[in-house]
Amino acid sequence: MLQVLLLTLPVVAIAHAELCKPDAQNAFKVRLSIKTALGDNAYAWDANEEYLFKAVVAFAMRRYSNKSTTQISNVLLCNVTDRVSFWFVVTDSSKNVTTVPGSEVEAAIRMNRNRINSAFLLSEKTLQFLKITSTLSPPVEPSTPVWLIVFGVVLCLIVAGIVFLIVTGIQQHKKKNKESTEREKLEEKGEVTVTVENGIPCETLDLKAGHINGVFAADDERFTSL
Amino acid sequence: LSVPPELPKEDGRPKWDNKFQYILSCVGFAVGLGNVWRFPYLCQIHGGGAFLIPYFIALVFEGIPLLHLELALGQCLRKGSIGAWNTISPYLGGVGAGSWMVSVLVSLYYNTVLTWVMWYFINSFQEPLPWSVCPLNENRTGLNEECYESTAVNYFWYRKTLNITPDVTESGTLQWWLILCLATCWAIVYLCTIRGIETTGKAIYVTAIFPYLVLTIFLIQGLTLPGATEGLAYLFTPNLNTLKNPRVWLDAATQIFFSLSLAFGGLIALSSYNPPKNNCEKDAVTVAIVNSVTSLYASIPVFSILGFKATTAYWDCLDRNIIHIINEFDLPEESIMRQNYTAWFSFLNSSYPEKIARLKLKSCDLQEFLDQSVSGTGLAFIVFTQAIILMPGSQAWAILFFIMLFSLGLSSMFGIVEGVFTPLLELRVISKSIPKELLSGIICLISFLVALCFTLGSGSYWIDIFDSYAGSLPLLVIAFFEVTGVAYVYKIKRFSKDVKWMTGRKPNLYWQITWRFVSPLLLLIVFVAFVTLQIQKPPSYTAWNPKYEGFPMKEEKVYPPWVLAICVLLAVLPCVFVPLVALFHLIKRMCRSKDPSFVLPEVFSCQRANS
Repeated sequence: MLQVLLLTLPVVAIAHAELCKPDAQNAFKVRLSIKTALGDNAYAWDANEEYLFKAVVAFAMRRYSNKSTTQISNVLLCNVTDRVSFWFVVTDSSKNVTTVPGSEVEAAIRMNRNRINSAFLLSEKTLQFLKITSTLSPPVEPSTPVWLIVFGVVLCLIVAGIVFLIVTGIQQHKKKNKESTEREKLEEKGEVTVTVENGIPCETLDLKAGHINGVFAADDERFTSL
Repeated sequence: LSVPPELPKEDGRPKWDNKFQYILSCVGFAVGLGNVWRFPYLCQIHGGGAFLIPYFIALVFEGIPLLHLELALGQCLRKGSIGAWNTISPYLGGVGAGSWMVSVLVSLYYNTVLTWVMWYFINSFQEPLPWSVCPLNENRTGLNEECYESTAVNYFWYRKTLNITPDVTESGTLQWWLILCLATCWAIVYLCTIRGIETTGKAIYVTAIFPYLVLTIFLIQGLTLPGATEGLAYLFTPNLNTLKNPRVWLDAATQIFFSLSLAFGGLIALSSYNPPKNNCEKDAVTVAIVNSVTSLYASIPVFSILGFKATTAYWDCLDRNIIHIINEFDLPEESIMRQNYTAWFSFLNSSYPEKIARLKLKSCDLQEFLDQSVSGTGLAFIVFTQAIILMPGSQAWAILFFIMLFSLGLSSMFGIVEGVFTPLLELRVISKSIPKELLSGIICLISFLVALCFTLGSGSYWIDIFDSYAGSLPLLVIAFFEVTGVAYVYKIKRFSKDVKWMTGRKPNLYWQITWRFVSPLLLLIVFVAFVTLQIQKPPSYTAWNPKYEGFPMKEEKVYPPWVLAICVLLAVLPCVFVPLVALFHLIKRMCRSKDPSFVLPEVFSCQRANS
């Protein structure tokens, strides 16, 4: 029993090496940029992280195909570099020494991309699956464009200012007209008194300035108005 | 707003509330968008600090004398441009009419530039800024193609703002968002100029002082940004060899001339509201110096920020190359940093040249990024907006920047509108019955309707045409006739007496020489050089055409003949008033040749008119 096991192990290892190598069929290259994403909190990439990766990919495959046949041992990693990039491939446990088709793996990864990213505290840009494109999320657009609101506010303020100035202008105009008609009336009165009584100069009748001479106080009843 | 019911006036003319308002109005009129986006560009391409030499020579021999002339003229004659020149001599009435025409043409397109500023301002309240991201294309598979091939900033300017057509002959449609902003801008202009200087005098306190505050804030922020020192060193490092190129001297002379807003008639209008006994000599020197100092002051934050932008672009270029190399050779992250990039690159290039060649890396050169100089609308709406995205708190910076541009432009608009408004108030006999509010409303409404042409798809091409032809050549012609008219028709002796009556001091030798000889000669030389340069190559423009092979480079196109005819018309129309009016009066005189007293008007003098 033990001898059989000892004999099959190298065979399996060789088979695995055949399945997982750069540019193999149904293999994907993964690239992580941990230091870019996390800076000082970056963790080192070691065997434990690789185990987590295998587990997450197995989880994705299970979730996608809804059958619990994929094991962690089905996910093979190879060619891990210092960059932190490696190739992985998913083997089919039911069939011997074959890999799951790339399209299935791609679909599974796409479906669970969020979970995979958050397992490693990374994002779409820092955990790259080189052949798997991501769908772009549309930008958030508010229902009313913001600029219309700002524009409305600005316009309301300006219109209020214009209306205020026009109204005050009209009021001033009316006041000016009233004042000028009053002055006209006073001038008329002054002329009437001059013609009736010679010698009373009009200037002293200026009610704004000047004094009214008490001796010649304009006694209205003395003058008959026309 | 407390407006006094009736301003104290001896001759029915409104007055400035105080001297400071008047100086601020002149400074606001002179200091405009050109101080921010033309002067720093000229400094940069004409040898940095060395450009200041021709600039100050032009200021001393051309700018200040002409400015003093216009301010003294307005103050003495107390009329707008048309009335003033008619008073000096009926033969020179065309000069006033020409300035009025130029003011009308410029006010049309200048407010459209403010419309663009307003559009960017109201879009700055969004998070993220709309010019920082490319929108998705129709089927959401990728980014919009036009945006992807150029940049998000370019796309927002050419497509989302202007919706530009690929050719000046294709008018396109009216852009409704620009119409809204245009209406708002004209409403703001109406609000501020509704009662002439009564209202602009109040508004100018804000619009003239606010830009200085914002420039200071940008100065402090700009100097703290990385790469600011490179930008400033690039700007101010003098290269005295450029002074051998006559183009530099021409640019300095034209920059001073247009920067001080001479020959618009606006300065005459503004100073006509002054009390007659006012030291216009000191005012002229003050306004000219403040204008030049503002240009210098504005170029510091502009170039700090441009240096920051160039440095960031350089770092991005380096980072992109580093990522490509790291990914290709599977080296650990942060093994290649910006500092040891060149060392690593040369090592890898010698060991694996084919791999490096396959990567097609771009060569990153800081000098190349700094050399990308832009002036005008490109600086504000493309380069600066890109730099603002890179700064933290971009919304606040964008809002501040566009309010500053708006204030700068608005205070210049006040001067231009006064140049249009004041002569009309004096010219019309029925101005007594039409209230000022109605007249200014009619002017603003008509200008708005005409300026709707600039909101078409081809609008920005037309604005370039107006700027190059209506806002440049006629001004030189009018200024030349102004100086020669005063010096040789009105006679400098009489003018000096008037100035002495106003300021209390006879103009000294400097003024006599510059008014009589230096300024007219300089103007003539500048005019001839300007026309020669224009004629040398057929007028062309660059169009934004997404279907062009070299896209995102702009396509060089030549103006079709009918557009050229309009260019010539724009340049000639204001100038043609000068000979036409002179001819008209000459013919009138010849018809009445029996009456000798009709040769010249009675000897006019400031003293007689104002005492």
